[in-house]
Amino acid sequence: MRIAIVDERAARASVIEEGLRELAGCEIFILAERKGLLARIEEISPDIVLIDLGNPSRDVLEEYFAVSRALARPIAMFVDQADDQAIGASIDAGVSAYVVDGLHAGRIRAVVDLAVKRFNAFARLQADLAEAKGKLAERETVDRAKRILMDSKGITEPEAYGELRRKAMQSSRRIVDIAEAVVTAHELIGK
Amino acid sequence: MSEKLTIGFLPLVDACLPILAQEHGFAEEAGLTLDFVRDVSWATVLDRLLYGHSDAAHMLAPLAIATTLGRNRPPQPLSAPFVLGLNGNAVTLSNDLAARVSAGETLGNPRVLGENLAREVRDLAARGVKLRFGVVHRYSSHSYMLRYWLAACGIRPDRDIEIVTVPPPFVADALASGEVPGACVGEPWNSVCVERGVGTIVLATAQIWLRGVEKVLALREPVLEDRRPATEALIRAMRKAGRHFVQPENWQANAEILARPEYLDGDAGLILRSISDRLVLRKGGGPVHYSDFMFQYREAANFPWVSQAEWLYSQMLRWDGLAYSAEDAQAAARVFRPDVYRTALMGTGDILPGASSKVEGSLRGLTSVTAQQGSMVLAQNSFFDGGVFDPDDIPGYLAQRP
Repeated sequence: MRIAIVDERAARASVIEEGLRELAGCEIFILAERKGLLARIEEISPDIVLIDLGNPSRDVLEEYFAVSRALARPIAMFVDQADDQAIGASIDAGVSAYVVDGLHAGRIRAVVDLAVKRFNAFARLQADLAEAKGKLAERETVDRAKRILMDSKGITEPEAYGELRRKAMQSSRRIVDIAEAVVTAHELIGK
Repeated sequence: MSEKLTIGFLPLVDACLPILAQEHGFAEEAGLTLDFVRDVSWATVLDRLLYGHSDAAHMLAPLAIATTLGRNRPPQPLSAPFVLGLNGNAVTLSNDLAARVSAGETLGNPRVLGENLAREVRDLAARGVKLRFGVVHRYSSHSYMLRYWLAACGIRPDRDIEIVTVPPPFVADALASGEVPGACVGEPWNSVCVERGVGTIVLATAQIWLRGVEKVLALREPVLEDRRPATEALIRAMRKAGRHFVQPENWQANAEILARPEYLDGDAGLILRSISDRLVLRKGGGPVHYSDFMFQYREAANFPWVSQAEWLYSQMLRWDGLAYSAEDAQAAARVFRPDVYRTALMGTGDILPGASSKVEGSLRGLTSVTAQQGSMVLAQNSFFDGGVFDPDDIPGYLAQRP
């Protein structure tokens, strides 16, 4: 079975590819470029096309599937209407699948299920990354606030941190919120 | 407690009415909170609607019909109780091609422009080259208007020229790279082409079919039945937004709202051009006034005439090469829901037509029509070639087309 993954985010495409590798007898192709997309699809002649839901090329692809005489076998979105739940799950995950008519339903299901899993895994990864980035930014803010306190009050770093922590505990707020207030006040009032 | 409706849309100026209904508080007055989901392809807007990510969507009218008939996916009945606007699209050509076929400083005569284009097509054919035009979707009024115009000027789409899908945000790139030398797209994307210096606007779709139907508000039929009061409230709120939208003193502010990152994420100056009927046709040119370039309010513009749906169905047959089916015609006609529009506005003082269907293209000047509520005058409704569409005889109409 030939599977084409169309995704302009190369990182996500490889996460999906990795997931699909466990399926036996699959050849996987990644198409990350918008340019020349249809020519590549024609060349690959896939049995299944997986494309991220928000991809701007979807209308182009759907038209191609609808009118192209080049494809010997018609391809359509979600051939098996009975599989409404699976379709819903894939839309929720953000992946759309186009499948060659007549392909065995069980095999499609396996591919789409896996793709959905990998899409969700990627989304979680992104969320983790965003969280990690947020944490990093928080640490930078605390460092800046410490520096401001050290400079203006002539105290040591542990003392500066102690002040931030004490204030945070007194007002039941997070240390980073106090640090942010210090940084903002410093920016407003000046050196 | 207000009821929430989620609305899917593409970043185009004619998504304005639900957006402005929310922003100006008309939705809130009607007991609604509107949430918006923006996408970049119609396939995605449609998927979200079909699988419940959105309750209603800004939708190409022919796509709502195609979905109901199962042309592109397993059939699912959609309903359009409100037309979001008439006309509002334009044909933009590469500067080169425009210089060869277009008259000059103003929007040209569609007949002359079409004949010049036909000559160009023949010249290119002699050298083995086929012109290629971009439209936003296979099932769009853009495609049907462009095809109607070209065919009436002696160019047979699909045989003499190719028509391919180009998503609106990529039209400027496609013109710049030569991938297509012409495209029919909605605003602000024609103006984006002009501003980038890669294209010249040569024709407004209002010049092909004046008062031709454009986007609709579409819902899944069962969702419409389930949420009928909310849908009717939304219709009332959008009519108020429409009245606000067409008042010149609001143009600038509305352009700025639409330009925001969460909506069109574009340039308010470019958006203002179509809102104010003043398009700049070529880079560095002055604004050219074209009345009613887009038409969102007057003459009960949002009333979903069943005959509009039937015209779109006739064009679907024409260009998909399908035979007329009374059953499909009926299903297509049923997508447009004047009954819902009527009950929503009954008693509000807003004008309501007496009939639900009309002969399209038959009005050459001001015409009084029977109204169920208020007094109603339709200014004009005409095809550039004088064609008249009688919805009772679709096969006869198609037989007369080239």
